[in-house]
Amino acid sequence: MKTRLANLRQVPPTALFGIVIVILYIVLAILTPALTPYSQREIVGGAFLPWTSAHPLGTDSLGRDMLTRLLYGGRNTLGIAFVTTILAFAIGMAAGLVAVTVGGWLEPILSRIVDMLMSIPQLIFKLFLLSIFGTSIPTLILVIAVLDSTRVFRLTRAAASSIAVMDYVEAARLRGEGPWWLMTREILPNITAPLIAEFGLRFCFVFLAIAALSFLGLGIQPPLADWGSMVRENATLITFGDITPLIPAAAIAVLTISVNFIVDWMLHKSTGLKE
Amino acid sequence: MNPILILIAKRLGLGLLTLWFVSFGVFFAIEALPGDTAEAILGQSATPETVAALRKELHLNQPALLRYWNWQIAVLTGDFGTSLSNGRPVSELIGTRLGNTMFLAGMAALISVPLALCLGLLAALWRNSLFDRLINAVTLTSISMPEFFIGYVLIFAFAIRAGILPPMSAISPTMGLPDRIVFTILPALTLTLVVVAHMMRMTRASLVNLLSLPYVEMARLKGAREMRVILFHVLPNALGPIVTVIALNLAYLITGVVVVEVVFVYPGLGQLLVDSVSSRDLPVVQVSCMIFASAYILLNLTADVIAIVSDPRQLHRT
Amino acid sequence: MLRTNRRTFIQGATALGLASTLPRAAFAQPTRGGRLRAAMGHGSTSDSFDPALYSNFYMRAQTFARNNMLTEIAPDQTLRGELAERFEANATADVWRFKIREGVEFHNGKTLTPEDVVASIDYHRVDGSKSAVKSSAESIAEISIDGPWVVMTLHEPNADFAYLISDFHFSIFPSENGKIDFSEGVGTGGYVVESYEPGVRTEFKRFANYWKPDSAYFDEIELLTVADKTARITAIATGQVDIADRIDATTASRVESASGVRLFRTSGPQHFSFAMNVTQDPFTDRNVRLALKYAVNREEMVEKILGGYGSVGNDHPIPSSSPYFNADLEQHSYDPDRARFHMKEAGLDSISTELHAADAAFTGAVDAATLYSESARAAGIDIKVAREPNDGYWKNIWRNKPWAASFWSGRPTADAMFSLTYASGAPWNETAWNNERFDKILIAARGELDEGKRREMYHEMQKLVHDDGGAVVPMFADYIVGLRDTVATPEVTGNNLDLDGLRFLERWWMA
Repeated sequence: MKTRLANLRQVPPTALFGIVIVILYIVLAILTPALTPYSQREIVGGAFLPWTSAHPLGTDSLGRDMLTRLLYGGRNTLGIAFVTTILAFAIGMAAGLVAVTVGGWLEPILSRIVDMLMSIPQLIFKLFLLSIFGTSIPTLILVIAVLDSTRVFRLTRAAASSIAVMDYVEAARLRGEGPWWLMTREILPNITAPLIAEFGLRFCFVFLAIAALSFLGLGIQPPLADWGSMVRENATLITFGDITPLIPAAAIAVLTISVNFIVDWMLHKSTGLKE
Repeated sequence: MNPILILIAKRLGLGLLTLWFVSFGVFFAIEALPGDTAEAILGQSATPETVAALRKELHLNQPALLRYWNWQIAVLTGDFGTSLSNGRPVSELIGTRLGNTMFLAGMAALISVPLALCLGLLAALWRNSLFDRLINAVTLTSISMPEFFIGYVLIFAFAIRAGILPPMSAISPTMGLPDRIVFTILPALTLTLVVVAHMMRMTRASLVNLLSLPYVEMARLKGAREMRVILFHVLPNALGPIVTVIALNLAYLITGVVVVEVVFVYPGLGQLLVDSVSSRDLPVVQVSCMIFASAYILLNLTADVIAIVSDPRQLHRT
Repeated sequence: MLRTNRRTFIQGATALGLASTLPRAAFAQPTRGGRLRAAMGHGSTSDSFDPALYSNFYMRAQTFARNNMLTEIAPDQTLRGELAERFEANATADVWRFKIREGVEFHNGKTLTPEDVVASIDYHRVDGSKSAVKSSAESIAEISIDGPWVVMTLHEPNADFAYLISDFHFSIFPSENGKIDFSEGVGTGGYVVESYEPGVRTEFKRFANYWKPDSAYFDEIELLTVADKTARITAIATGQVDIADRIDATTASRVESASGVRLFRTSGPQHFSFAMNVTQDPFTDRNVRLALKYAVNREEMVEKILGGYGSVGNDHPIPSSSPYFNADLEQHSYDPDRARFHMKEAGLDSISTELHAADAAFTGAVDAATLYSESARAAGIDIKVAREPNDGYWKNIWRNKPWAASFWSGRPTADAMFSLTYASGAPWNETAWNNERFDKILIAARGELDEGKRREMYHEMQKLVHDDGGAVVPMFADYIVGLRDTVATPEVTGNNLDLDGLRFLERWWMA
């Protein structure tokens, strides 16, 4: 316990802040339905009501409780971003590991496909794909996951190929272990550190991408609440000096900042760079 | 033959291949979209008769492959065709928008690149000082914020509260340069805040990486001041990664700014592309996508070439 | 003619109390000069000068600035000649004669001739026309020139034909060998197009040789497309533009409170509907349709969806501002018991159905459908709201699903509105309603020149649609525009459309 506390003290304040915020977000997301008496699509009063005790952040353009929408927005966006990131990692890591361990003709083909996908501007590409395949949540998740998996693929391949030439991997290969064993037992455990850091960063990018797409009207669709479209729908208020619509935007910013702080600290620790 | 020229030729060839794939993909993706231009234009007022008439006029009744073939031949002879929806030459439509996009990207780059370099240099010079940590936290924060958040905050502060800058950046070709600059300041600032962090952090990191090397120690022992060491001994060797990250961000400034265009009503290429996708205006979508992809490919190529020139060892790695 | 018209309409209209701005001290005399900057929510990169394809309010405003039509709807809703100095019909209303104004100049210096008029109308009539007004144009059997007169013979009598021809699609362009040239947007209108970027802006300069006196007061105009409502509101609040249209009802009161900004409201013919296909179950039963008409809370919808900026509808498309409005008709209101009663009449215990909506139909359509579903539940009617994608809504959902949300900007005449959407076999008959009696009086009214008889006929048609038709028309929506103090409006403004019949560029001036 003591050592753990001591460890905690070594954590820089920025990272500590990050950890606290991330935990807070997760708890709020899980508890959302218990925290608010309204549902996210329920019209509770007039449009753009001011802040009162019944509606601490007022109401939105349709008279729905803003705080409720904010909580549900976090829950929806966090959940979708998390699933998307997991999927992106599943695709990217699988492809990367296969490329390295199986190799052969598969490797250059996968790399060329990834190069091709990465040479198209990402946001435009996503907008384009979403207008083709429609804007349901599964397509949203799939489109972002596939496009973002390219970065994961590159990282996995780079990290794995430096491990794959190690003697112990060679030894396992000679022992007659199959590619599945090589991937899961020999390579994967040795590349987790950069992958975890990448997971944090990727999550931020996915989160921001979903917010941007929703802002443009192609992400999470109403009446589901999400932070990007909440900003767009209520931005008019800013003109009149009311900063309510900036709150969801700030919520996005705080979360991504926190994750970035944590990742920054982890990278620092894992590379052992003091300078 | 110079190995660098060979590399450039190889990469350009690959780039052209990518462009061809993009054009092919875009064409058939638009084909796959529900509805076509004729229906998109006529909207609620469409009747089967008028749709058929318009389709015929736009040659949409021809088979898709034939249309793709014709389009391809025309582009190879420098003819980008006319917009399906308003009959104007695509080159004219896109020309103005591309100019606007480049102007905004240019403004943002003029502010952000020197700023990022200076901040990165100072952070490396005073590494681990309070300044370093502060600038690190600030840039991390700015990179984490959604663009629309930064945009609206700037509008709130400068256009609504202070009332010194216009909230809407509807620039026009007839505008004089000073007006254009005034109208573009807010979107350019927004983009600056978005991209500066990435470049600054890379500058700092690549400088700091080199600072512990023996040759730097040597220069210090000779009595050179730290600033001089960084500027003349370290910076030239750190140029590769810095230039790469600058190129990446320039590419972003050209291709990734749809959100900023929406917030500031800036008539850029991104907005045109989004509109054209919804009206299924294939020629316009095609050419805009090609421009975006080429900008991306060319900037990345430039970055790689500069990186290699500044550190010839790289050549043997690729 | 124009002058007397102007005087009479001002008198007439004050009596009707048509002025839509809030009371102000006095209406100043128009002054010439200044540069107007207007931001409109409509307009897209796919717009063009091609008159067959005009589709939105932006193009309407632009067209009214650069072009003229044969006739014009005056601010008091009466019809007056524009490029036609005079117009007249024969006793059976199937031959119409328009005397073309002499000495009218196009922006390119060409003089207007009857040939230009014929070519401009013919453009919409030719075989393979893609025009949005093809059906109106095809009602013309023959066009000929008789000295300064253009004579149009119709297939069937139509007392409203001169109204039809005032549509902005029938812009008169310069022609050569019977072909019009619209490529540069050259017209006879009050403003010359200096530059046009579709979906972004039009720059206009006043046309020095404009023929119409007392109009086109601005020296220059910048007409912007600003699709984002927030940007539009910020622009008007900070004074970057003088006019911003399509202000959301929910933000209207705040816009009004900004300094130097006032609201301009138009209670016009714009209405929303939920169209039931009467050939599909369960809507084939008239009692089911009536049950649904009694199951919607119209007041609540006007309050919540329109923020109070509108009025309740009575399940027919004729606005209360129309001279043919039937005020004696029973107002359908929210009455769960009567809904139940009609359900029983239909032999049903409950109704379960789907209502398809997307915001492409009208802003707030999905929410309106949700409100509908809430209010209908009390009557034992289960309405599932099916949210549809905006993209392709008009093609895939509207008229394809048995019950869907729809929007009508309204037409200048009762005849046009009914013929377009309620006559059996009409191209946009969204309810597939087919009523013999209705069709018969519709055609009879078209040829009827006696005003009293005509009014009676339109009253009966409204009653038929109201009692038997498949459309639930819960509300008429006002148009709300923000104006800065820099702009002055005349005392009487048209309410056939937004922004003075969208002729604001020609009729308004800088204060």
